[in-house]
Amino acid sequence: MDNQASVASVESGQGKPLDQVLQQIAEHKGCGTSSEGGKASCGSSTAPEDMDPAIWEKVKNHPCYSEEAHHHFARMHVAVAPACNIQCNYCNRKYDCANESRPGVVSEKLTPEQASRKVLAVASTIPQMTVLGIAGPGDPLANPEKTFKTFELVAETAPDIKLCVSTNGLALPEHVERLSQFNIDHVTITINMVDPEVGQHIYPWIFWKNKRWKGIDAARILHEHQMRGLEMLTERGILCKVNSVMIPGINDKHLVEVNKAVKSRGAFLHNIMPLISAPEHGTVFGLNGQRGPTAQELKALQDSCEGEMNMMRHCRQCRADAVGLLGEDRSSEFSTEKVMEMDIQYDAEGRKAYQEKVEEERQATVLAKQAEMAGLEAEFSDLKVLIAVATKGHGRINEHFGHAQEFQIYELSTQGSKFVGHRRVDLYCQGGYGEEDTLPTVIRAINDCVAVFVAKIGGCPKDSLKAAGIDPVDKYAHEFIEQSAVKYFKEYLAKVKSGEVVHEVRGDADIRQGAYIAA
Amino acid sequence: MAYKIISSQCTACSACEPECPNNAIREKDGTFIIKPEKCSECIGYFDEPQCVAVCPVDDTCVIDNSYPRYVAA
Repeated sequence: MDNQASVASVESGQGKPLDQVLQQIAEHKGCGTSSEGGKASCGSSTAPEDMDPAIWEKVKNHPCYSEEAHHHFARMHVAVAPACNIQCNYCNRKYDCANESRPGVVSEKLTPEQASRKVLAVASTIPQMTVLGIAGPGDPLANPEKTFKTFELVAETAPDIKLCVSTNGLALPEHVERLSQFNIDHVTITINMVDPEVGQHIYPWIFWKNKRWKGIDAARILHEHQMRGLEMLTERGILCKVNSVMIPGINDKHLVEVNKAVKSRGAFLHNIMPLISAPEHGTVFGLNGQRGPTAQELKALQDSCEGEMNMMRHCRQCRADAVGLLGEDRSSEFSTEKVMEMDIQYDAEGRKAYQEKVEEERQATVLAKQAEMAGLEAEFSDLKVLIAVATKGHGRINEHFGHAQEFQIYELSTQGSKFVGHRRVDLYCQGGYGEEDTLPTVIRAINDCVAVFVAKIGGCPKDSLKAAGIDPVDKYAHEFIEQSAVKYFKEYLAKVKSGEVVHEVRGDADIRQGAYIAA
Repeated sequence: MAYKIISSQCTACSACEPECPNNAIREKDGTFIIKPEKCSECIGYFDEPQCVAVCPVDDTCVIDNSYPRYVAA
């Protein structure tokens, strides 16, 4: 597949004629198999020069499949699939709290009819919501009737919404055909191992063919189904994302093998996520003290796999009923009770017009970054630094330091800026003034960064950040993130050269566990 | 005997309902219940009771001692 041929049309954000696109979709066997060692920058924010335009058409407004899209487009999950067919040591189905934010947890289960009404309500309120995913709280394919009924109802009333599922893969082979009939072109499989010896420490049991299988037998059956399911999907041109939970001491080193295995079977994107294992969740890993990775450990593993294929680093490990941009959750605005009272008018044209505006905005951020890159490419330096950014979306630095629920992390080098992750932090500002106590938590979360970009920041936190060696930067307020980041890096390089700044390697940072409570 | 579901343990995930060969399970008041007169403990159908095998919470589907042991016809 020649990815270079159509650079121009990708850069201008325009699709090719439909028949050509369809032809390319038909030919597509997944990025991973398309060229030796080649990779498209689907998971990164760099301009997609090496991406097939047909694939770009599929991912450009899917926040989970495109890092760039996730600043601008929103998704929603509907919790219609409560049953599950496997048990994972990082999941406890008994735990449910409205303030808890992680996969497998929901506040309210929906029928397919309730779900489809909710989708229309959200689509009418949030016109940049482009994707409906079913991700549980169990496994969508362990509840096939509810899952497919929901898709059927949504496809009838809102055909412009992309449909998407996330599965453990056990029941995938038997449902691939039906998935492709529903025009689902994004499927995520959670694959934590390709060796049953490793798998037995992650999965205590599976339920398959009317039997509970345990130990290595369970892991072997699951593994075979996952690999077959992945192959069947990529053969049909369905884009596959693979999610892997990084569990230090159990599968952390092994995930490099997983990466190779899924790449060779045509997976499009690999998302390595940190284990969530707070003891209060009551999971096996939470109770036995299994720790999650540090920010540096996670990044090192993601970096080591990136030479092989696209890595997703913008996953927020959201709930099975999340609504909104990744990193925000507006699900409480759309409880069944509220949705039933809403006067819903589905305005397909209005949505389309709005999304075109959003697409223009997205392109503007890319062009601004590209323009800023001039002058940097000529620099010779192997310096790399991380910065943290407070943003509410739209690719801009538009959040107050004290209001940020998370910081986005960018790596800056002479190659430009690259999104490499995000750190969730507690809301530390309450009622307009900063709370001293939570500031150390924030600093620990971004301790590996040289600077934090904000729209506004108070005097006290500014001083604390400086004392911690983190430069609080508010001069780029409301400007584009990546353009400003490149600008900042040029200045930083100049200061290092002149001796004004001494570059020091920063330490590690914490990955925050558990919930944040929306104000 | 028949099986019963400890309602305080049940997450209402519905996994058991379609697995029951006797259609003995249904949702009631936010939890699932087994109709004891319909339950055959899966004897004659499967090697293990399906509700127990699929339930994500241990000790939720348990033997109900207040019913006599099921005897296959």
